[in-house]
Amino acid sequence: MATESTNTETKSGGSRMIAFVLIGLAVLAFIAGYLDDYEGSLSIHPMDQFEVQPFFGAGEAELSIAPGGEGEAGLATYRGETLPVQLTAVELGALQDGETVSRSAEGAGFGTVGLFTITNVTFWMAMAVLAVILLMVVGTRGRAVVPSRSQSMAELAYSFVRQMVEDVAGKDALPYFPYIFTLFLYILFANFLGLIPGSFTTTSHIAVTAVMAFAVFFTVTIVGFVKNGAGFLSLFWVTSAPLAIRPVLAIIEFISYMVRPISHSLRLAGSMMAGHAVLKVFAGFVGALGLAGVAPIVGVVAIYALEFLVSGIQAYVFTILTCVYLKDALHPHH
Amino acid sequence: MEGDIANMGQFIGAGLAAIGTGAAAIGVGHVAGNFLAGALRNPSAAAGQTATLFIGIAFAEALGLFAFLVAILLLFAV
Repeated sequence: MATESTNTETKSGGSRMIAFVLIGLAVLAFIAGYLDDYEGSLSIHPMDQFEVQPFFGAGEAELSIAPGGEGEAGLATYRGETLPVQLTAVELGALQDGETVSRSAEGAGFGTVGLFTITNVTFWMAMAVLAVILLMVVGTRGRAVVPSRSQSMAELAYSFVRQMVEDVAGKDALPYFPYIFTLFLYILFANFLGLIPGSFTTTSHIAVTAVMAFAVFFTVTIVGFVKNGAGFLSLFWVTSAPLAIRPVLAIIEFISYMVRPISHSLRLAGSMMAGHAVLKVFAGFVGALGLAGVAPIVGVVAIYALEFLVSGIQAYVFTILTCVYLKDALHPHH
Repeated sequence: MEGDIANMGQFIGAGLAAIGTGAAAIGVGHVAGNFLAGALRNPSAAAGQTATLFIGIAFAEALGLFAFLVAILLLFAV
């Protein structure tokens, strides 16, 4: 018995060491990425990590500018596409003297984000979907009675969310379990993938989370009216309150119902954005302090661990609020 | 020192808005502390209420994040 307990202790100690080393390496890589432009001061901007950029950027490819176009413009051609480029006075003079003028493809206006451009956002969204598929389809392929590690992780996630839907929204909410489980897994993986140094946190963008929150809002509202008809409106009529203040309460309840998608999406996007901005602010301190930057590195490690926790909790919170809203739709009577 | 008085107002406003995040921290601490106080009195009932705990924390936190959003909007979108 005694040997067994020491065994498990050393085992957990060993895996804890490995976890610490992994987190340390991740943090170092995170910081190293920002030390490139070290100028002895706070040279990095905490918010530029949220910029949407084309994934296959035209980038730095040098283009020669051909004379032509109207007024003080030249023509740049890149991959068969031609754009007019506004020229500076120096460039215009050089062109008129017969010299060659070149610009980077990005500077000439290529590689801007259009409606169907593959950006870092779409790339990391696809990565999150791939990760979900990897866990749930490939991981459970064996269908063993004694599950493998990946299968037991998939089963754990499945039973966790199923239990949550049943506890919070009731048994008759189980038909909506696949939708809720999809939301949970997608948000969880998007949050965790965003913690990889150099990656992009898709859930830090309000546009991404708002789509999910409004989808939940419309689904819940439609389900509420389909299941209860006009009785769904009794959600706003609090019968347990005195009759005199019920109209006032109805207005408040209505406002709080309508503001749901906003707070639902803002909570996820806000906490992801805030956490990552703080991480980068601390990474900037490392660059600014030079050798004394060891202290902020410790801070970054701690915040990274906190962010890991927040990623899981925010996915959980988003899902459980979906369950709460669904419960309101299925059982609107107070 | 450069910039105009409007920029200064923008930064002061962002700083004032950031106070709200601290207020949200008080709210979250209040929820968690009261949960712990109740859980220690009746540990057997605590496990079933963790979902309620997280919902409460989420609602308290959301209002702090609104303040954070206002600060960010003041800094970058005005």
